[in-house]
Amino acid sequence: MSVLIFAENWDGKFKKSTYEAISYATELARQTKESVTAVVIGNVSDEDMKSLGKYGAQKVLSVKNDKLNTLSPSAYASAITQAVQKENAKIVVISYTYSGKSVAGRVAVKLKAGLIAGATALPSSTSPFTIRKKCFSGKGLTDVVVSSDVKIVGLTPNSYKVNTEDGSAAVESFSPTFNDTDFASTSKETKKTSGKIALTEAEIVVSAGRGLKGPENWGMVEQLAELLGAATACSKPVADVGWRPHHEHVGQTGITIGPNLYFAIGISGAIQHLAGVSSSKVIVAINNDKEAPFFKAATYGICGDAFEVVPKLIEEVKKFKSAH
Amino acid sequence: MKFLVCITQVPDTTTKITFTPDKKAFNAAGVQFIINPYDEIALTRALELKEALGGTVTVINVGSASTEANIRKALAIGADDAIRINAEANDAYYVAFQISEVAKKNGYDVIMTGKESIDFNGGQVPTMLGELMGLPSVSVATKLDINGTTATLEREIDGGKEVVESKLPFVAGAQKGMAEPRIPNMRGIMTARTKPLTVVEPVACDMLSGSAIFDLPAAKGDCKMINPNNVAELVNLLHTEAKAI
Ligand SMILES: Cc1cc2nc3c(=O)[nH]c(=O)nc-3n(C[C@H](O)[C@H](O)[C@H](O)COP(=O)(O)OP(=O)(O)OC[C@H]3O[C@@H](n4cnc5c(N)ncnc54)[C@H](O)[C@@H]3O)c2cc1C
Repeated sequence: MSVLIFAENWDGKFKKSTYEAISYATELARQTKESVTAVVIGNVSDEDMKSLGKYGAQKVLSVKNDKLNTLSPSAYASAITQAVQKENAKIVVISYTYSGKSVAGRVAVKLKAGLIAGATALPSSTSPFTIRKKCFSGKGLTDVVVSSDVKIVGLTPNSYKVNTEDGSAAVESFSPTFNDTDFASTSKETKKTSGKIALTEAEIVVSAGRGLKGPENWGMVEQLAELLGAATACSKPVADVGWRPHHEHVGQTGITIGPNLYFAIGISGAIQHLAGVSSSKVIVAINNDKEAPFFKAATYGICGDAFEVVPKLIEEVKKFKSAH
Repeated sequence: MKFLVCITQVPDTTTKITFTPDKKAFNAAGVQFIINPYDEIALTRALELKEALGGTVTVINVGSASTEANIRKALAIGADDAIRINAEANDAYYVAFQISEVAKKNGYDVIMTGKESIDFNGGQVPTMLGELMGLPSVSVATKLDINGTTATLEREIDGGKEVVESKLPFVAGAQKGMAEPRIPNMRGIMTARTKPLTVVEPVACDMLSGSAIFDLPAAKGDCKMINPNNVAELVNLLHTEAKAI
C-alpha cells in the first residue's frame, strides 16, 4: 500500500506546492509505514520526475498523453483514480491549488472518498481520520473527520514545510483509460500574469489599500515586493476602482492567503479583509491612524505616513540584503 | 435555455464568528444570514444570460425551512422558481448528491454555483456535481459566455487565467468578476411572494465527512509598535525575532 500524491506541474515544471504535498505525504506515510507514490500527468522530464525522490516519493507513475498537457479536470480525475486503485492507496494527497480544487472533488466522487478541502496540518488522529482546516474564511477552525475507506487530503498551499532528503524516485509509465466525456471541456489559452510570483504561493506578500490614494503610488509597493521576492496584493476597494487588477484582491470575497509575512500598507483592517489574511504567520501593519483595526491583528506596527515609512523601509531592506 | 443556480445561506460577512460551548456547532444566535456572495454572482450571471438568450432560471438550495427568506430574496432578484431540498447541508458530497438527483430529473443546460461558500470554504460542490452528473465542471470561473451549444469560460489558475471551452450542459463555480450582484427592486420583492417554491425531501445518501469540533484561531499577541523614525528596527526584528526575512 502507498500514500498517493498528485504531483501537479505547470508547463512541465513542478511548483513549490507540489513539493509541500510530497513532503506532507512522506510524513503521513512514515506514520502509517507505507511508501509514497506520485502521479505526474503531462510532459515532465524524466530527470525532474526522478528528483521527486528528494522530497520522499519512492515511485512516480507518469501519465503522458497529448491531450493532457493542459488541465482537463475530468480526465485528470480519471487518471488519478485509476492510479489510486492500481496502488491500492488509502490516502490521497492533492495540493489544494486552483487546479487541485478542480480535480479533488471529482476523484472524491469516483472513489466515494471523504475529502478534507483545505487541510492545514497533518492528521491529529488517523483513526478516526481527523484533520484540521480553516472555516468561515479563516475566522474559525474545524476538525474534519473522514469516515470513508479512502481519504483525500486537499492540502492548502503554504501550510506545510518542504523537506528534502537523499533519494531518487523510480519512474514507471502508466496508461489509464479515458472516455470521451473526459474531454468535454478543453483549455484554449492561458494568460499568465508574467514574471510575477503567484499570490497563493508567495512566502511574502506586500499589500496596500486605499491609504495609498491612487494607482500611481504603487511603485514603492512593487519595489518593496521585488526586493523581498514577494507577491503584491491589495484590498477590495482598490481592485473595485481599478487601481489594481482583481486577482490581487485578498479577503473574504477575494483570495485567502497564508504567507509567512504579510505587509499591510494603508489598509484599515476591516473584518472582511482580515478574514483572508489572518492566517499569515507574521503581519506588519503600516498606517497613519493609530486606531486602525489592523494594529490589533498585526505582529508589528508602524504608525506613520506610508509615503515616508515605505521608502525608508525600502532603503533598510536594501541595506539588509547587501549585508546578508 | 434552462439555468439552475445552487444557493446556500451563510452568516453575514461582518459576523463575529463564535461556537457553542461544547465546540460542536456554529453559534447562530443573533446571526443574520445572507445568500452566499459567490452564489449571488452566479445568480446574476444566469439572469443576464437568460435575458440575452431566453429561458428560465431556477434556484435550488439544500437546507431547512430557515433558508426560505433567502430563497425568496433570490426570487426577488429575478429567479423564476425555486426548489428547496429539505435537509441540513453538512457535507459537500451530500449536498452535491441531493442536487444532482433533482437536476438529472429536470434536465438543465447550465448549472451554476458559487466558487465556494464562505462558511466552510470547501469549493467542492461544483466539481462534485459535475462528476455526479457526468458533466464538465469549471471551478473558480471569472467569465462565462454562451454561444449556441458551446460556452467560453475563464478560470483562475495559479498566477494567471485560463480560457476554457465547454460543451453544454456543464457546471461552473462563479468567482468575482463574472457579474456584479443585483439588488432586488420593489417589483421583484412583490412578485417573489407568488413565485413557485417547491420543497422536496432528500434521498438516502452517505455522509463521507463531517465536522467534529470547531475552534477559534489562537489570539495574536499584542502588536509591537515601532517608531516610524526607526524603520531599521523593523527589519532587524523581522530577521532576528520573527525569522521571516
Ligand atoms: C460583503 C463584503 C465583502 C467584503 N470583502 C472584502 C475583501 O474580500 N477584502 C477587502 O479588502 N475588503 C472587503 N470588504 C470591504 C471592507 O469592509 C473594507 O471596506 C475594505 O477592506 C477597506 O479597504 P482599505 O483598508 O483599503 O480602505 P479604507 O478603509 O479606506 O482604509 C484606508 C486606510 O489607510 C490609512 N491611510 C490613509 N492614508 C494613509 C497614509 N498616508 N499612510 C498610511 N496609512 C494611510 C487609513 O488610516 C485607513 O486605515 C468587503 C465588504 C463587504 C460588505
